[in-house]
Amino acid sequence: MAKDELMNYEKALEQFEVVIGLEVHVELNTNTKMFCGCRNEFGDEPNTNVCPICIGLPGSLPAVNKRAVESSIKIGLALGCEIAPNGRFARKNYFYPDLAKNFQTSQYDEPIAFEGLLQVEVPSGNSFTVQIERAHMEEDAGKLTHVGGSTGRIQGAEYSLVDYNRAGVPLVEIVTKPVYGAGAEAPELAAAYVRSIREIVKGLGVSDAKMERGNVRCDANVSLRPHGQEKLGTRTETKNVNSLRSIERAVRYEIQRQAALLAKGTAIIQETRHWHEDKGATSSGRPKSDADDYRYFPEPDLVPVQPSKEWIEELRAGLPEKPADRRKRVQAEWGFADLEFRDVVNAGLMDQIEETVAAGAKPQAARKWWTGELARIANSQEKDVIDLEISGAYVAELANLVEAGKINDRLAREVLTFVLDGEGSPAEVVAKRGLEVVSDDGALIAAIEAALAKQPDVLDAIREGRMQAAGAVIGAVMQAMKGSADAGRVRELLIEMANK
Amino acid sequence: MSEITPDLVRHLANLARIDVTDQEVDLFAGQLGLIVDSMAAIKEAVAGDVPATSHPIPMANVYREDVVEPSLTQAQALSAAPDSADGRFRVHAILDEE
Repeated sequence: MAKDELMNYEKALEQFEVVIGLEVHVELNTNTKMFCGCRNEFGDEPNTNVCPICIGLPGSLPAVNKRAVESSIKIGLALGCEIAPNGRFARKNYFYPDLAKNFQTSQYDEPIAFEGLLQVEVPSGNSFTVQIERAHMEEDAGKLTHVGGSTGRIQGAEYSLVDYNRAGVPLVEIVTKPVYGAGAEAPELAAAYVRSIREIVKGLGVSDAKMERGNVRCDANVSLRPHGQEKLGTRTETKNVNSLRSIERAVRYEIQRQAALLAKGTAIIQETRHWHEDKGATSSGRPKSDADDYRYFPEPDLVPVQPSKEWIEELRAGLPEKPADRRKRVQAEWGFADLEFRDVVNAGLMDQIEETVAAGAKPQAARKWWTGELARIANSQEKDVIDLEISGAYVAELANLVEAGKINDRLAREVLTFVLDGEGSPAEVVAKRGLEVVSDDGALIAAIEAALAKQPDVLDAIREGRMQAAGAVIGAVMQAMKGSADAGRVRELLIEMANK
Repeated sequence: MSEITPDLVRHLANLARIDVTDQEVDLFAGQLGLIVDSMAAIKEAVAGDVPATSHPIPMANVYREDVVEPSLTQAQALSAAPDSADGRFRVHAILDEE
């Protein structure tokens, strides 16, 4: 739908109530796959982490990865779910080459975890309770590359190439119940929910939780109904929304698109839709299959999963601090004002700042770098700041170089770009590229004298107490030394020279 | 007798990617109807409190430790593939399911 056909967002909300539902897939960071001993690794040569089990050769038999079960239970517990005393795997039958077996081993009516709750705060400070319907274990599918056709997408492709390295990687799919009442904040809530899930699984250490690598993926269900109507409207499920920003945009787009159709009296088709980040729009995918069409049945090659009470309680006891408790604790420790802290939480930067502070940075410096320059760089690259390839230790090192006067803010920003390019730690970059601030008096005096030769009146002006005149010389020295001069020292030297 | 219609048989055949002739559709409709009726008879005989069984031997919690085992080589993995390219299995482009 063209942009001008969409209904104005405010108008859409006046006419309709928004109901969303979210399905989040979390890839676990186990050493091996869900049902076989193949390595669970991103980015290896294609079809090198495969075996008869994960490429579905006849006669092969799966065996459940204990750590994957343990991680799934931890996720369930962290979401406040009940853990099923008796869970079972099921076959979800479909024919598509992303899985060689012609079915996905999943869970159907007996998921490992069910009935949870997650409190999610949106940027305005409003908080919503999201009910979790279930979290179940399943396996990921292989990766298809469509070849031929002009765009590399499936439309017009001549053939597809399949890499099964990812087939069989353990996934936990977390499904919410319909979420009501978010109104205009539904898009923000969707993004904040996924951010929370990501923080939780990262905090549990069960997933690398990198969205750009597909470790956390979200399908967003959206439906509208006229205010006061009880019956839910027809929903669409938008796939391929793989950044927090896309989730927010995609939900907003679907609200505006569906509102425009409903206002014209056109029925919404229940279907999956694809999000296109470049166009900022969704397009129609396949009609949504009925669960019946998958002909689920219990997996005969696997036995039930019956975690003992002792095991569950042991895992519960080992859970990290609850997110809300942790927030209270770290805000006090760091001494951040409420607004400063909210920015940190909304950007999902608590882990990063904690890591940076632990590596020796002052909390305010850590906050300034992460919510300032790093957020700006991430934004310009259309990434989420936590996906930048930089560790808290490096940010701490950078902050401490500034603190020690080795580099100034401007140089630090330059150093940062090289660090992000993979040139090494901030200290290494400073050494390698000679980016240290020049506070050597000899070099500074030479540059000051060169600047004074062009602006001979400045010393007189300073003697007369007009300190602002010093700015022109400091600026010229900075320029001559490509920003690496220690501005404070230049100022001191100028005053000394004026008073001689 | 359960109502297994020819259309339902065609739908199932499509899901299973099996070509069926009209004669086969009628034949399978009758056969599938019989199977569904037989299952219904079993359902009646079993009380609601009997748990479903998916495995003939009552056992649970058979796990594998999370330890990497050798995989196939790429050449081995692709050795039985009807077609391959760039270290990957090559298949027909299938529309509309992604």
